[in-house]
Amino acid sequence: MKPVNQKAWLLVLPVVLCVAFSAVLPLMTVVNYSVQDIISPERRVFVGTEWFAAVMRDEELHGALLRQIGFSLAVLAVEIPLGIALALSMPATGWRSSAVLVIVAISLLIPWNVVGTIWQIYGRTDIGLMGAALAKLGIDYNYTGSATDAWLTVLVMDVWHWTPLVALLCFAGLQAIPDAYYQAARIDGASKFAVFRFIQLPKLRGVLMIAVLLRFMDSFMIYTEPFVLTGGGPGNATTFLSQYLTQKAVGQFDLGPAAAFSLIYFLIILLLCFILYNWMQRVGTASDAEVSHG
Amino acid sequence: MARIDLDLAHAYRPNPQRDEDYALLPLKMTFRDGGAYALLGPSGCGKTTLLNIISGLVTPSQGTVSFDGVDMTSKTPQQRNIAQVFQFPVIYDTMTVAENLAFPLRNRGVAPDRIRQRVGQIAEMLEMSGQLDRRASGLAADAKQKISLGRGLVREDVSAVLFDEPLTVIDPHLKWQLRRKLKQIHHELKLTLVYVTHDQVEALTFAEEVVVMTRGRAVQVGSADALFERPAHTFVGHFIGSPGMNFLPARWANGLEVAGRPLAGPAPSALSSAGEFKLGVRPEYVTITTPDAPGALPAVVSMVQDVGTYWLVTAKAGEAVLRARLGPDAEPPKVGDTAWLGVLGTHTCFYNRNEELIA
Repeated sequence: MKPVNQKAWLLVLPVVLCVAFSAVLPLMTVVNYSVQDIISPERRVFVGTEWFAAVMRDEELHGALLRQIGFSLAVLAVEIPLGIALALSMPATGWRSSAVLVIVAISLLIPWNVVGTIWQIYGRTDIGLMGAALAKLGIDYNYTGSATDAWLTVLVMDVWHWTPLVALLCFAGLQAIPDAYYQAARIDGASKFAVFRFIQLPKLRGVLMIAVLLRFMDSFMIYTEPFVLTGGGPGNATTFLSQYLTQKAVGQFDLGPAAAFSLIYFLIILLLCFILYNWMQRVGTASDAEVSHG
Repeated sequence: MARIDLDLAHAYRPNPQRDEDYALLPLKMTFRDGGAYALLGPSGCGKTTLLNIISGLVTPSQGTVSFDGVDMTSKTPQQRNIAQVFQFPVIYDTMTVAENLAFPLRNRGVAPDRIRQRVGQIAEMLEMSGQLDRRASGLAADAKQKISLGRGLVREDVSAVLFDEPLTVIDPHLKWQLRRKLKQIHHELKLTLVYVTHDQVEALTFAEEVVVMTRGRAVQVGSADALFERPAHTFVGHFIGSPGMNFLPARWANGLEVAGRPLAGPAPSALSSAGEFKLGVRPEYVTITTPDAPGALPAVVSMVQDVGTYWLVTAKAGEAVLRARLGPDAEPPKVGDTAWLGVLGTHTCFYNRNEELIA
């Protein structure tokens, strides 16, 4: 008989314990709440899937989910192309390159609630540079009153905060392209656009995938900045999923629905990331399949 | 197709002072229209720099490059209409093999019918017809390099095709095939080809004329025969041939003196004023002879190797090491014996202190 070494279990035990305490147990607490109605610390009732059903029918939640999806798509649509463009226009070598890298990275180093505060002041029409400038230009801008203005301000703030991440990732990807590709392209008479389309963009596929996933997940979970900037208003124009969830769990102390919704939220992110990842994996290799069918 | 004249020097750093600052020392060279040339030399000798200067990827810091007498120094590779194949395969990942081959033509607005025809011909030649619709990124390294070669050859009207060690990543047996193919292409299309390599066999079999380079200097331009028989520089004697040329210290003191011994025999008259110099003789031309024969030098045999088709005898004449190649039928001397080796003959060369051929 083949000898079995049970020591392996012992060796993975620390990791199992770590993951259990950091991820599995907290998640299970949420699962626990999601199937019970907690009336007081002593009294609780098992309600099955009732909270899930209630949450799924919640109109406010539908609104928040739609706003969230719209916001995340807008973030990707602006930050990814802008990040690529920034990376392409950054100097590749010398002290200028280092200087630009530092400048570009600055916004990434600012704590999130500070970002919210910066933009809250920046956008004020009485003392804020941007708000006052817009007001002087005769543009009726008021992020605390107008839903469109608030939504746009949150979007611009996120672009300002996170486009550098995309740019830095793309810059690293561009640096990794061997010189021979550019030389060959010059010999082959490729235009600047052809170099971008056939060399740079395909070679950036890996880092772009990381950038899209990171930006998607982060923007889908955005909380601090809009909370500080607009508090979710005016009305609920900038109430995204996280904030809605916090209102439910902490504000109204509806632990059951909040837990049920947390799980749904988690599954939505997991599902969307799974779809995005698989789609991006196939983008570059799809024509192979087409060829073999044709 | 064009004749290429070079009269230039290149340094990657500004204000070059010493010879070491130059990637390419001042040189003047002409590549004949329709000729097949090889640039041969060890790594770092400047051959790739020279190639990139011809193609226009690098602008020389001094001097000019002209094609058919027209100054091209500041022109781009596209304006020079040059094709170049690099050491490592460069393919466009998202394209099929056919699209890769068509890329240089498409960028120049060639008619689609003509492109299809040309891509077909090139694929046929490289034996890739069956893979035309496959994505290039999934292929093996040698197939990718064949695509790179194909892109270099797909345009018919190029001034020259430049190869920068293109067969490095390719299997030995396929290497041989591709080299023959390149020769055949050269024969059919009469293109000017310049081929960079550090492999002497590759250079000598491919090229009509070989430029031997070392440390940024082109030390000799010549046919395989000339490089073997009359190396213009000790580096050429040393680098070409396997093993390379033997060099023995020599001087003139009322007659030829080699490795500290007077050597009887015919010596070129030019040597009488040369002072100290070197005698160079290829192992192929060293003979085993008798003590009283002209040009015989005594040497202690230190090693005898059977290298299959010949014997390689290593011996020491004074301090100098001497190698001799003897035919398979010859009776090799025994290790430890003193053999009399004939080093003077029509193939013997003499070099001055600057390592240049004097006689």
